[in-house]
Amino acid sequence: MKHTISALVENHPGVLARISGLFSARGFNIDSLAVGETEDPTVSRMTIVVEGDERTLEQVKKQLNRLIDVITVQDLTQKEFLDRELILIKVKVTQKDRAQIIEIAETLKANIADVGLNTITLEGVGESAKIDTMIELLKPFGIKEIVRTGKIAMARDPKAEEK
Amino acid sequence: MTTKMTGAQILVESLKKEGVEVIFGIPGGAVLPLFDVLYDAPIRFILTRHEQGAVHAADGYTRATGKVGVCIATSGPGATNLVTGIATAYMDSIPIVAITGQVKTFLIGNDAFQEADVTGVTRPITKHNYLVKDIKDLACIVKEAFHIASTGRPGPVLIDLPVDVSIAEAEFHYPKELCIRGYKPTYNGHPGQIKRAAKVIADSKRPVIYAGGGVILSGGSHLLKELATKIQAPVTTTLLGLGSFPETDELSLGMLGMHGTAYANYAIQNSDLIIAIGARFDDRVTGKIDEFAPHAKIIHIDIDPAAISKNVKVDVPIVGDVKNVLTELLKIVHKPATKEWLERVMQWRQKHPLDYKADEKLRPQYVIQQIYEATKGEAIISTDVGQNQMWAAQWFTYTRPRSFISSGGLGTMGFGLPAAIGAKVGKPDEYVFVLAGDGSIQMNIQELATAVVNNIHVKVAILNNGYLGMVRQWQELFYKRRYSYTRLVNPDFVKIAEAYGAVGIRVAKKEEVRPAIEKALHTKNVVVMDFIIEEEENVFPMVPAGKAIDQMIGSMA
Repeated sequence: MKHTISALVENHPGVLARISGLFSARGFNIDSLAVGETEDPTVSRMTIVVEGDERTLEQVKKQLNRLIDVITVQDLTQKEFLDRELILIKVKVTQKDRAQIIEIAETLKANIADVGLNTITLEGVGESAKIDTMIELLKPFGIKEIVRTGKIAMARDPKAEEK
Repeated sequence: MTTKMTGAQILVESLKKEGVEVIFGIPGGAVLPLFDVLYDAPIRFILTRHEQGAVHAADGYTRATGKVGVCIATSGPGATNLVTGIATAYMDSIPIVAITGQVKTFLIGNDAFQEADVTGVTRPITKHNYLVKDIKDLACIVKEAFHIASTGRPGPVLIDLPVDVSIAEAEFHYPKELCIRGYKPTYNGHPGQIKRAAKVIADSKRPVIYAGGGVILSGGSHLLKELATKIQAPVTTTLLGLGSFPETDELSLGMLGMHGTAYANYAIQNSDLIIAIGARFDDRVTGKIDEFAPHAKIIHIDIDPAAISKNVKVDVPIVGDVKNVLTELLKIVHKPATKEWLERVMQWRQKHPLDYKADEKLRPQYVIQQIYEATKGEAIISTDVGQNQMWAAQWFTYTRPRSFISSGGLGTMGFGLPAAIGAKVGKPDEYVFVLAGDGSIQMNIQELATAVVNNIHVKVAILNNGYLGMVRQWQELFYKRRYSYTRLVNPDFVKIAEAYGAVGIRVAKKEEVRPAIEKALHTKNVVVMDFIIEEEENVFPMVPAGKAIDQMIGSMA
């Protein structure tokens, strides 16, 4: 099963190396990893998607917690959370396909980021499933290049009725 | 108004604030400013002959005293020579601080002379490490390093100090308190879990206490004794747990595992409750993991949450410091009915004792027994790795914590002599013996010079069988006696000892053993005893790799 782990870490050089080194040394597989500064500039947020059973996940969390530079570790999979990925996808385009591609972009609320002589580049944001759908729909036209970020995620706040 | 100090001065002042009495190391280009300050600092400096000797000596000092050991090496090769020793300390949770020089900050990454990415290299083998880029951070980093090394699950911390930072100037303020937001070890066990443990103990019929190095690290040996006595449970220890429980006690089963006693392994396999204290279910202890203690519930007390349920499923996990948890547990625990169980265990002990052939030949077990008798057990034993280590574990009777010093997790040959030097520096009034093989002693034999020059009078017993003995034993038992590159053609160890200024004694006959040991004890110098032992003596009992721990081979299993 895939788990989405959200870790707050010190915003120092070398912290990413510590974390990626831990995953490779302990034989854990990272599906994706995204890092960025938080509202506190001394702290970064890492969102790590990792594949594994409960026992592996337990070890991943414990081993992450052992690192001095790791402040907190949360497994978001156990709660309600929002997640988003960003994709840039460059598609071959001919005169007759152009309208169809623009229609797909509109349906999926993707932006047209760049238009070239023979290509269109779309920019999509959403959950992994939406990004996957976007790729599938564009495949028939001929995909030239894909750049995809790791997932970022955030716990949802409790809803009014849950309070 | 405070005066400014250089980085090197700040570092040495900080070490003084941490109570550092002795440093082991070797100078070099990138640590010249630091050594200039050390030249007249009130800290003893012991110049080793190899950086690996320095880090093992710092480690041995720590294991013997409980104080944080410190070593210093220069950048590049000096620092990479520390790597094996840092990994050794990391695997055994030994708190040391290693300080390395680094090239100037603006040269880092330029493949400068004697540059190596030391924080990168040591990242997976340190509890934490630092590259000091700004002199303003230096005092705080030293404070953090000692704190992190010695608290929680202890471990080595490395500080990499670029030479320009060591000559830069700043005001010196040693911080009083620290707040490392990502580091908050749990010391007190959860009261509910401790209650559950007490209940499980009271309900057990066949409990065994399995004690590891964590008991010694936490200073909880007296509480372990109290617990065992109170609940009348037998105690077996890991290699690093030797000395945590007196082996003269009738509840002691000695060491368990691959070369443990048969009765300890039988007790574990037949138990209905294992109380694991400061131990981590290493593969050398558990043997085939699926068949380990098949009828037992497990209580696991450890300060490192990641050690719990890593290898075996635990029924009652208790995260906390051994000393604190045992103190609380002792308040509420009741004695289960263990009389019948103890009788069974004692029968195993009578039926399957550790044994060797007591003939006229010079056998290693006899040598170790004689060292025990000659010192009345009042000695620190520092071992190398291999057969010598296992015989030392089996045949000396350990009664005090910090009296057995050995590289357990990493299994580092060449550890024994430099670690003994560190131990003797920390405990100058104790006899310190090195138990080494003819293979392992040669991996750091240059440290004889360090011992002789500094009057650190360790006594080295080489159990010389002319082989890399443990590998030869495996080749004999599992590779049809094909002794592939395990035969050693050795130098004359007596002459080597003499060349270094030590006393060398060759012992080839059984009746010469005791007189040689007595002579060593009465000689005010480093002594090297070259015991020419039976070449093909094996360490038994032995659990072959991949077997359950009651599937032992050897005459006395």
